[in-house]
Amino acid sequence: MASVDVKWANVKGKLQHYGSNRTLESYRDLMLVLVQKELKVRYNNKVLGYLWSIANPLASALIYYVAFKVLMRVQIEDYPLVLISGVFPWQWFTNAVGSSTGLFVGNASIIKKVNFPKQVVPLSAGLNHLIHFMVSLPVILLFLFIFNESPTLSWLYGLPLLLSIQFVMVYGISLMIASINVFLRDLERLVGIILHFVFYVTPILYPLENLPPRFQDALYFNPVAPLMVSWRELILHGKIDLINILVSLGYALLFLGIGSWVYRKLSWKFAEVI
Amino acid sequence: MREPVREPVISFQNVSKSYAFYKQISGIKNFAFNLHRSLASIRNAQYEALRDISFDVYKGENFGIIGHNGAGKSTALGLIAGVLEPTRGRVVVRGRISPLLALGAGFHQELTGRENIILNGVLMGLTRREIMTKVDEIIDFAELGEFIDSPIRVYSRGMLARLGFAVVASLDPEILLIDEILGVGDIRFQKKCQEKMLNFKESGVTLLLVTHSIASIAKLCDRVLWIEDHVVKMIGDPYEIAEQYCKAAGVEVDLGTPTQGTLSTTSL
Ligand SMILES: Nc1ncnc2c1ncn2[C@@H]1O[C@H](COP(=O)(O)OP(=O)(O)OP(=O)(O)O)[C@@H](O)[C@H]1O
Ligand SMILES: [Mg+2]
Repeated sequence: MASVDVKWANVKGKLQHYGSNRTLESYRDLMLVLVQKELKVRYNNKVLGYLWSIANPLASALIYYVAFKVLMRVQIEDYPLVLISGVFPWQWFTNAVGSSTGLFVGNASIIKKVNFPKQVVPLSAGLNHLIHFMVSLPVILLFLFIFNESPTLSWLYGLPLLLSIQFVMVYGISLMIASINVFLRDLERLVGIILHFVFYVTPILYPLENLPPRFQDALYFNPVAPLMVSWRELILHGKIDLINILVSLGYALLFLGIGSWVYRKLSWKFAEVI
Repeated sequence: MREPVREPVISFQNVSKSYAFYKQISGIKNFAFNLHRSLASIRNAQYEALRDISFDVYKGENFGIIGHNGAGKSTALGLIAGVLEPTRGRVVVRGRISPLLALGAGFHQELTGRENIILNGVLMGLTRREIMTKVDEIIDFAELGEFIDSPIRVYSRGMLARLGFAVVASLDPEILLIDEILGVGDIRFQKKCQEKMLNFKESGVTLLLVTHSIASIAKLCDRVLWIEDHVVKMIGDPYEIAEQYCKAAGVEVDLGTPTQGTLSTTSL
């Protein structure tokens, strides 16, 4: 029993680890392995996984089409395209956020056993959802061609821009929800209800122009609305509206900040509560 | 004065660890409806699992920890692994730590043995290239046959322990944390693990072993820490502590004599 410095007895606990030197390559590999793991755990089969990631938004779009166009006969021009351009990005958002409650809780076995930068769990899940959206882009293109439209040059910069903004937003929200869910396990239901509500107050089933003007401005208070509107503008008209982009980016960074803050406050207690 | 030459690899300095009782606030609904009570319970209801613990472990040592159920042994390992944070005091660790090897805190159920090897490696901070050079060695050591490519949810407990030990022992850690899992391996594998652990000393690997098997404590460890009621009861020579520990528990155990070291390998 060597150093018993009594000076540490009443200090707030401190943990000092030296020698676990992670390189950039090891971080990258950690991400890769986790992304692969997610894919594997979710689908077990790459081809089927791909089909599911397309079938899901397609089926939703079809249902809305039948409900609103065939049965209720709403008068909206090119309604299938309106639906596709809204439902695909929304499905990315809602799938990612909706499943984020289980991110840390579902990885309890590894969180309890080794100290690693746990943000990579939501990060790799976010990458996963991003990849799924990207592989469904050809379906959107297909619909454009069917309706005699085609992507414009603005996709070249618009697409990476919107992809990045939504990725950051999804990551921030996931990080926040996943962290809180470790302590309050019934968060999943609340998240489900909120997502359901946001779905209807966001122009997904209807174009922005169908809203009365005073509601159109109120949409800036809805964090996902400017983003979803941007997606539709880009896909249908090849347009990028600077204000919508800036507002979306602002919300994305805000969520990133909140998520990181919540994570920093809570993460060191994960292993004891999980 | 302290010994000047050897610097400890692991150092606990007046470490206390308290757990909060979270059971009252299992969900948002309860949390919101009992907001006041919930917040108070987080702050007040604390259970002290370790109190004012101090010890040092040096490079290359085989260090055992014993104590009755709930004494705080796993908590101590969690602190070393860095998954828990001390409430008071300071924990200093120097060196690359293996993933905590414990029952329950296992691998990912849906992945195969092989995939879990890689997952553990990257979690530890190795790159895939480094892991790939060792995968065959690990698979050899674990002796799981074709099961290495089955999801580990179909493994038996002994098979999980085999995989777990093979992974942490071969992934080149500097500090190895083992929490009571070797007892579920069969005798041949236990022997193999014992040999590996005795070899660690030569390669400078530091081993922390939590076990209820007094025989393996006596056989494998250089020094032992006995935690009783969340504080350090004794620390030092394995045989002496094993004897005292058994006496305190009212259990008779034949340890053989230190000089002969004639312990049966079956009793690890
Ligand atoms: N996450 C936790 N939250 C609350 N209390 C905990 C937690 N983990 C452990 N404890 C409590 O801390 C005490 C020490 O637990 P620990 O797991 O360290 O015991 P142990 O010495 O490993 O016991 P065993 O020999 O049974 O494995 C126990 O009373 C236990 O109930
Ligand atoms: Mg234990």
